[in-house]
Amino acid sequence: MTGFVGALVEAWGELRIHRLRVLLSLIGVAVAVAAMTGVTALGDITRQAQAELSEAQSGRPATFRVDAWSETATLDATATTAAFREFVDRYQIEQASLVTYSTMPVRMPMATWDVTVQAVDPPYGTMHRIAPIHGSWFTEADADRFSPALVVNEAFLRELGVADLSGHPTVLIGAGEPVLATVTGVVADLWPGAYPEAYILSSAYERWIPPNPEYFTVPALEVWVPPEDAEVAEEYLNRDLTAALGAGAQVQIYRQDAFGIEEFDRVFQLVVTGIGVLVLMLGALSLVNISLVTVRQRIREIGIRRSFGASSGRIFFSIMMESLVATVLAGVVGVGIAVVAVRNAPIESLIGWGAIQDVPPFPVSAAVTGLVAATAIGALAGLLPALVAVRVKPIDAIRY
Amino acid sequence: MSLLELRGITRTVRLPDDSRLDILRGVDLSVGAGEHISIVGRSGTGKSTLLNILGLLDAPTDGEYLLDGTPIGRLGNRRRARRRGDDFGFVFQQFNLLPGRTALENVIAPLLYARGRTFWRRHSIAASMLERMGLGDRLESKPEQLSGGEQQRVAIARALVRTPRVILADEPTGALDVDTGAEIMSMLDEIASDTGAVLIAITHDLAVAARATRHFRLGEGVLTPITIAPRTSGTLAELGDPLTATDVVDPEAVPALAEVEAGPA
Ligand SMILES: Nc1ncnc2c1ncn2[C@@H]1O[C@H](COP(=O)(O)OP(=O)(O)OP(=O)(O)O)[C@@H](O)[C@H]1O
Ligand SMILES: [Mg+2]
Repeated sequence: MTGFVGALVEAWGELRIHRLRVLLSLIGVAVAVAAMTGVTALGDITRQAQAELSEAQSGRPATFRVDAWSETATLDATATTAAFREFVDRYQIEQASLVTYSTMPVRMPMATWDVTVQAVDPPYGTMHRIAPIHGSWFTEADADRFSPALVVNEAFLRELGVADLSGHPTVLIGAGEPVLATVTGVVADLWPGAYPEAYILSSAYERWIPPNPEYFTVPALEVWVPPEDAEVAEEYLNRDLTAALGAGAQVQIYRQDAFGIEEFDRVFQLVVTGIGVLVLMLGALSLVNISLVTVRQRIREIGIRRSFGASSGRIFFSIMMESLVATVLAGVVGVGIAVVAVRNAPIESLIGWGAIQDVPPFPVSAAVTGLVAATAIGALAGLLPALVAVRVKPIDAIRY
Repeated sequence: MSLLELRGITRTVRLPDDSRLDILRGVDLSVGAGEHISIVGRSGTGKSTLLNILGLLDAPTDGEYLLDGTPIGRLGNRRRARRRGDDFGFVFQQFNLLPGRTALENVIAPLLYARGRTFWRRHSIAASMLERMGLGDRLESKPEQLSGGEQQRVAIARALVRTPRVILADEPTGALDVDTGAEIMSMLDEIASDTGAVLIAITHDLAVAARATRHFRLGEGVLTPITIAPRTSGTLAELGDPLTATDVVDPEAVPALAEVEAGPA
């Protein structure tokens, strides 16, 4: 215990004495660690943000979308809906949702808007990572309401003229005989200046909204399955639904999550990490060089410490510690620089498209990588001088 | 039982041209607790070598060294290092202070190898030791800012801070003027007596040597007891010293030495 603390105190004292030289060589280590950590973090963050953005829009891996249509006749929406529901029940797919796009008049206080409304099932929220900023997403219980519930975007809420959901805002929707719908959730706009949009539950849509003859739509089906089941799912979807919808119906299935498009920044990250490793190596070399020089100058000093009762193990440990304490400090500084730099980096322009609501936090793994690299370099740089110091015989050190 | 005992210690080194140099050829010495010993001898006779062997910094080529009755040769490196730190304090001719570090840091340095309370209270222990050496107001001075005498006092504080049982001083006054040297030696003597430590001092200065309770001369690789009359000054050379002029070992054969030994035994 005292041995360990003693060695630490000693190492710290040595670093203070040689601070200028140590500082110079550590700048390299700190810069390299900052570069490596920063790039790793940026890569992680952008990839994460990209993944979230594309998942929000296209679904998580593996999401399939099934569209049905007929070339000869108009497809029966009710029959199609039934076929989709039956498929989901048969295979007990938990994450599945009908998706029906429609446009319907909405009586806002100032004017009536034609609003794009998506009729979906409750799992759609999980499948597209929908996180309402007010209220909540649909649950199964919403199907039993006496009026349709709506999850709207911020633009919709603004147009309604309310700030939040505390007053349980309602709005008339639908052509012909409009129904009074209640807004129960609000999601963020996908981009600034978005038009009002809304989600409604499929069941409510079927029950309350009279079919619009000018705007006839057939639902699509989205299913989210584990990526390893993707092939089987695709095959079953095709086989079962083609059979269920009968001759004349076309079934098109495509995978819509963004898989395989994240590779371009990997190369960039590899190159910069490579450069970081190189800089780190150079920093380490100069560190080795400096510690070797100082150890040679310190042979007498080592001898004096021997006379205090320093064993060769203790000498080894002290010199090693010096190097470790120094590079770990440099590593902490480097990681700190990286954190600050990444905080202030223009993440959105790096991703190149879209707006992300909250930038993911600094990845811990990147910070850990940086510190581990710094520690490893310290150990490596300390090894050689420590071995040299241990090989000095006490007597030669004193006589030196 | 004596604290230190050397039996037939030899030390041989191999020179770069592959010849052998016998520095010590069979040294016998037995030192009891509290004794003050002085060793004189001409330059290059192996005084420092002997002191380093005593302080476990060097190992004899042959012979037996008993510390507290324990044969040191059988101790491993670790234990030997520990005993060196626990039992010995070194004072060197060139002070050997750690450069760049303050007086206080220098005196703390050996305490970093201590254990328990001594380790944790190292600051106050070191500070009071320096105060005792009259350096209470120079704690933060670096060696470069201290005079030779002050540096040697720091070195003595450092050697004594762990209250060693044996103080080994290798020409402690060699780099100081006569008065400062005398002052330093009385401090060393006094503290050694206070703590009951053994003091083994190597010197060229007969006045310094005379302060000890027992005197030896190292020549031709062996240690011979001699008698030195108490005196306030005098070097071996000043006596027309055969010790420095030749390698004469036998005191009887040297008339000049007889005069040295004519004092009270
Ligand atoms: N490791 C070594 N290798 C070669 N020669 C050595 C070694 N150690 C000591 N010597 C030689 O042994 C002799 C004795 O050295 P030592 O330092 O013990 O003498 P000394 O009596 O202390 O001399 P001085 O009074 O000048 O300090 C010298 O000639 C020295 O050169
Ligand atoms: Mg010497």
